[in-house]
Amino acid sequence: MTDSKYFTTNKKGEIFELKAELNNEKKEKRKEAVKKVIAAMTVGKDVSSLFPDVVNCMQTDNLELKKLVYLYLMNYAKSQPDMAIMAVNSFVKDCEDPNPLIRALAVRTMGCIRVDKITEYLCEPLRKCLKDEDPYVRKTAAVCVAKLHDINAQMVEDQGFLDSLRDLIADSNPMVVANAVAALSEISESHPNSNLLDLNPQNINKLLTALNECTEWGQIFILDCLSNYNPKDEREAQSICERVTPRLSHANSAVVLSAVKVLMKFLELLPKESDYYNTLLKKLSPPLVTLLSGEPEVQYVALRNINLIVQKRPEILKQEIKVFFVKYNDPIYVKLEKLDIMIRLASQANIAQVLAELKEYATEVDVDFVRKAVRAIGRCAIKVEQSAERCVSTLLDLIQTKVNYVVQEAIVVIRDIFRKYPNKYESIIATLCENLDSLDEPDARAAMIWIVGEYAERIDNADELLESFLEGFHDESTQVQLTLLTAIVKLFLKKPSETQEETHTYTHTNISPSFDSDNPDLRDRGYIYWRLLSTDPVTAKEVVLSEKPLISEETDLIEPTLLDELICHIGSLASVYHKPPNAFVEGSHGIHRKHLPIQHGSIDTGESPVSAGPAAPIEQAQSVIPSQGDLLGDLLNLDLGPPVNVPQQSSMQMGAVDLLGGGLDSLVTVCMFIFLYLLSLFPQIWLPAVKAKGLEISGTFSRRQGQMYMDMTFTNKALQHMTDFAIQFNKNSFGVIPTTPLPIHTPLMPSQSIEVSLPLNTIGPVMKMDPLNNLQVAVKNNIDVFYFSGLIPLNIFFVEDGKMERQVFLATWKDIPNENELQYQIKECHLNADTVSGKLQNDNIYTIAKRNVEGQDMLYQSLKLTNGIWILAELRIQPGNPNYTVKHPRLSL
Amino acid sequence: MIGGLFIYNHKGEVLISRVYRDDIGRNAVDAFRVNVIHARQQVRSPVTNIARTSFFHVKRSNIWLAVVTKQNVNAAMVFEFLYKMCDVMASYFGKISEENIKNNFVLIYELLDEILDFGYPQNSETGSLKTFITQQGIKGQTKEEQSQITSQVTGQIGWRREGIKYRRNELFLDVLESVNLLMSPQGQVLSAHVSGRVVMKSYLSGMPECKFGMNDKIIIDKAGKGGVTNEAGKSTSGKQSIAIDDCTFNQCVRLSKFDSERSISFIPPDGEYELMRYRTTKDIILPFRVIPLVREVGRTKLEVKVVIKSNFKPSLLAQKIEVRIPTPLNTSGVQVICMKGKAKYKASENAIVWKIKRMAGMKESQISAEIELLPTNDKKKWARPPISMNFEVPFAPSGLKVRYLKVFESKLNYSDHDVIKWVRYIGRSGIYETRC
Repeated sequence: MTDSKYFTTNKKGEIFELKAELNNEKKEKRKEAVKKVIAAMTVGKDVSSLFPDVVNCMQTDNLELKKLVYLYLMNYAKSQPDMAIMAVNSFVKDCEDPNPLIRALAVRTMGCIRVDKITEYLCEPLRKCLKDEDPYVRKTAAVCVAKLHDINAQMVEDQGFLDSLRDLIADSNPMVVANAVAALSEISESHPNSNLLDLNPQNINKLLTALNECTEWGQIFILDCLSNYNPKDEREAQSICERVTPRLSHANSAVVLSAVKVLMKFLELLPKESDYYNTLLKKLSPPLVTLLSGEPEVQYVALRNINLIVQKRPEILKQEIKVFFVKYNDPIYVKLEKLDIMIRLASQANIAQVLAELKEYATEVDVDFVRKAVRAIGRCAIKVEQSAERCVSTLLDLIQTKVNYVVQEAIVVIRDIFRKYPNKYESIIATLCENLDSLDEPDARAAMIWIVGEYAERIDNADELLESFLEGFHDESTQVQLTLLTAIVKLFLKKPSETQEETHTYTHTNISPSFDSDNPDLRDRGYIYWRLLSTDPVTAKEVVLSEKPLISEETDLIEPTLLDELICHIGSLASVYHKPPNAFVEGSHGIHRKHLPIQHGSIDTGESPVSAGPAAPIEQAQSVIPSQGDLLGDLLNLDLGPPVNVPQQSSMQMGAVDLLGGGLDSLVTVCMFIFLYLLSLFPQIWLPAVKAKGLEISGTFSRRQGQMYMDMTFTNKALQHMTDFAIQFNKNSFGVIPTTPLPIHTPLMPSQSIEVSLPLNTIGPVMKMDPLNNLQVAVKNNIDVFYFSGLIPLNIFFVEDGKMERQVFLATWKDIPNENELQYQIKECHLNADTVSGKLQNDNIYTIAKRNVEGQDMLYQSLKLTNGIWILAELRIQPGNPNYTVKHPRLSL
Repeated sequence: MIGGLFIYNHKGEVLISRVYRDDIGRNAVDAFRVNVIHARQQVRSPVTNIARTSFFHVKRSNIWLAVVTKQNVNAAMVFEFLYKMCDVMASYFGKISEENIKNNFVLIYELLDEILDFGYPQNSETGSLKTFITQQGIKGQTKEEQSQITSQVTGQIGWRREGIKYRRNELFLDVLESVNLLMSPQGQVLSAHVSGRVVMKSYLSGMPECKFGMNDKIIIDKAGKGGVTNEAGKSTSGKQSIAIDDCTFNQCVRLSKFDSERSISFIPPDGEYELMRYRTTKDIILPFRVIPLVREVGRTKLEVKVVIKSNFKPSLLAQKIEVRIPTPLNTSGVQVICMKGKAKYKASENAIVWKIKRMAGMKESQISAEIELLPTNDKKKWARPPISMNFEVPFAPSGLKVRYLKVFESKLNYSDHDVIKWVRYIGRSGIYETRC
């Protein structure tokens, strides 16, 4: 019997014919007709008009036909809610059927019909099924609770289904336990603060017992759930690990990865010197290697995870570098990931092998792969000092091949090698210069220019080389222009001309092209150099030729707090994307971010009544500071090309002075965002010590990796120590509340200060404030309660997913009534459209479309606030006319 | 969790579409087709994110299977599920092809309803699925049969039903290994490993308890410590035992018991299944050695000489030997001379393929070829892909030996001695390459 014939009907009047067949007297005919309907549904035809006829076929004892009708119902019930009621009786009857398969089928299907009226009728049958004598029915009912919760959470709580679900964790059947765990885990994700799963040692024990007996999928649910548990001490952690390790030998790679996740998390709690800790580390390595002999897709997931694991605990796989060698017919996505891990594992012991491999890869066909291989050789040189010489000679060999992209990539990495080992490999500069003409990518051009500028005193014709670039100055990318500017200044300082006059001409002819650039960064840099050179060449020399800080050995490292969070998500999509879940899952800003457990004892000092659980995050001050530096660097574009080499502190001041100096007017008006930045960069004193009996609080707000933070410094200026800190916010316009209690656990001693970073979210109560971004805060300690208020910079509310789909944007833009529209001008802004959109993007304001109408650039921007309000804007930029017109309607969805 | 599952043909037409979650709309079906199947450039990752929706896909011949989700699902689980889904379909109707899928679409929907509930994978063992998803309806079942089905689907031993009876109790063990090698032109082993599988076909009555033993170094050393400890005894046992880097087991094996005692005990599924997989990297017997010699004569000619040597007992015979020597893209003509077998230049594959039907151990054979090249102005050098080899040998290159397989069934009256057992070793080439 073949079913493919059902796919082939596409006559006119098909629906009419089907209707007749569905009402045929013969059972067989009706079944045939339903099959045709399902086939039509699959290919996307609308067969919803047949609803009553199909539902009529439901009353049958033919299970196959029944299943088909159910499938149809699940698809169309939502569009025909009134008629769907017709099916309820049949469902309720089936839930009483003596055959457990039919009872389960009914309860499973009912849960998939998202019609309110049907859901009401579902409650009673579901309650019975949760206590059914047959485990097959119970395991289906457990999942059904999750379905119902998705439709109507309140009803599930009111009806007490959550308690029944919790009871199922103690069920005698392992599969029922596994499904109950899966359902509870999902439900508890939408209730971040409730302790739904109630993970206590007794329940954990039940889960571990079920783990040995249930299906492979059930084991995954249980392991994923276990990974959220925080053992109370190292003994408990160890005993759980002991019972989880056998899973590492499972044939299903997802079971293995989930087990690895549990072990990686609990390793944090074990004392490093213990034997068990080391045994466990040894046990982790073989299963990870075995994952690489699976199918390519699983290999890819495994490699993305291994990338995280080697960053967190390099010791696990340090002996295994050979398994990451690329095979000729690996799919490209596997090759690229393997290459990444090879570099991370490269060390003095294995560098010879690694280099030989990389050289081999550099001759492959795939351009991306070859480029990455060349880059990898450079990274080896920087990472393993002993190998630098061999790497450089390998790179030179590759340059000799004259393959365009290989040459360019090689020059980029050689620049980094020069940075790391100054004054060591200049002999090769001549070879590099031979390839000057073939460089057509900005990265490579910039790298070459940097090299010429940096070693200007040793290159005889450095001036000629640079001049050749200068000719096309205006056609170069910003990156090349900036580098070129710096290189010219370096050249000048290193080979000074004889007279003052010459200086002037030199600077004027060479630096002046930057003065009429549209790009403020470039123009400003030009002006800065020009002023420096014309007023105080000695200082100029100190600034421009100052010693550069060393570049770090490891590149592309994931930021430690993010890495820790990703370790908690091993095996999941987050670990594949290397992004926290809230960066790609909708409506998840209320979700708890996961943290690695913190070893006890280290925080048990002193009484800390405010901290609720052991998992309260303690952000290290260290990780906070560089991110601020980055922001500033980003803002002034210092990260592009080689840095201008001014010490961090003075660069900040310089930026600020220039801003106020007025010479750089455009920067001031870059849509006030810089002001917002500065607001968030420079801490303000919110609560002066005189007002708060000696407690001073200063702070800022910021947004990092999609999470809002309130970064505060508490200083005790009184003579007694302070304890028992707590913080509370008044209702405010955006519903901002702290996600965790104030993480101050130790008493604050006199004249001591402490920095805390308080994660915020926006699920609190909302009340409109004036001004809109005002936030009133109360802080309590053992002395008194103090109140203060601060302004939250608006840009921390702009969420990462503020990029609207083009079509949606277009449709909504049209729908907005004219009276909602505001229009105003931004004066004296000399940026071009691309730079504007780049800058705005940093603040999560996205450019949806750009078009050019009558010589004017129109930018269409969208941004989304944490409370789901979308703001759309149209920016009109006329070249030559430094005034921007902003037209922006607002709307709330 | 999994939001939906779609199956497409090579043109991107939907054959099966099953949505489990409300957040997945019909447009997801099209998004995948447009962005992945019809993408101008080949997609370079099996996971694609399109407008905050994630798609996982695998391809089987020209059929695309895609899972779609908007949540942070367990990615490894999704792929494992897709593989499992392919296995289940294959065991119901054979090859996964457009025709077979269309012919069985009702069955596939029925299966999808059973093995995924709200996006959570449920029992997907074909053994138990076949007891109640039959396309025949389940009208005729008695109450006992029904509860037997449900207890098997949800039970601890979901992979075996009770009451199996055979007149002749028999089992077949296949040790299937694939040996992988990457060798430098100078004959240095860059990497070598064996990935092996123990596949079992069991036709046993009742619920037998089985115990499997092999020459695993850890066990033999353990036993050695308890028994004879003289030097000679140790060295011989050391030679016969092998170090297994890692192994994974079918879900029927009691993992906790393996973890504590390193013994492999289980109640087997009925029929054919894969008992274990393992990997070794030490003391591998490399059945063949390839010695390449490539010489460029001017710009328009290449001389290639390749010698293969067999390295195993002379009494054994290797079969289906094939050596693939890649040639440059601008090859215009090839002349080949080989001592044994047949060699042919295949222009469409850019390679010389040399086939030998049989070859005994400790022998060697040679091929030499002259390749004429068209002059090109392509600056890029020929990448020289490695020379690869295929073969089959009747032993296990890892050195693994089955020591015993004991069967205990206390309730029925047959003993371990009554079971007829067959063991076979096959070593095949995996990726067996020598750079030149």
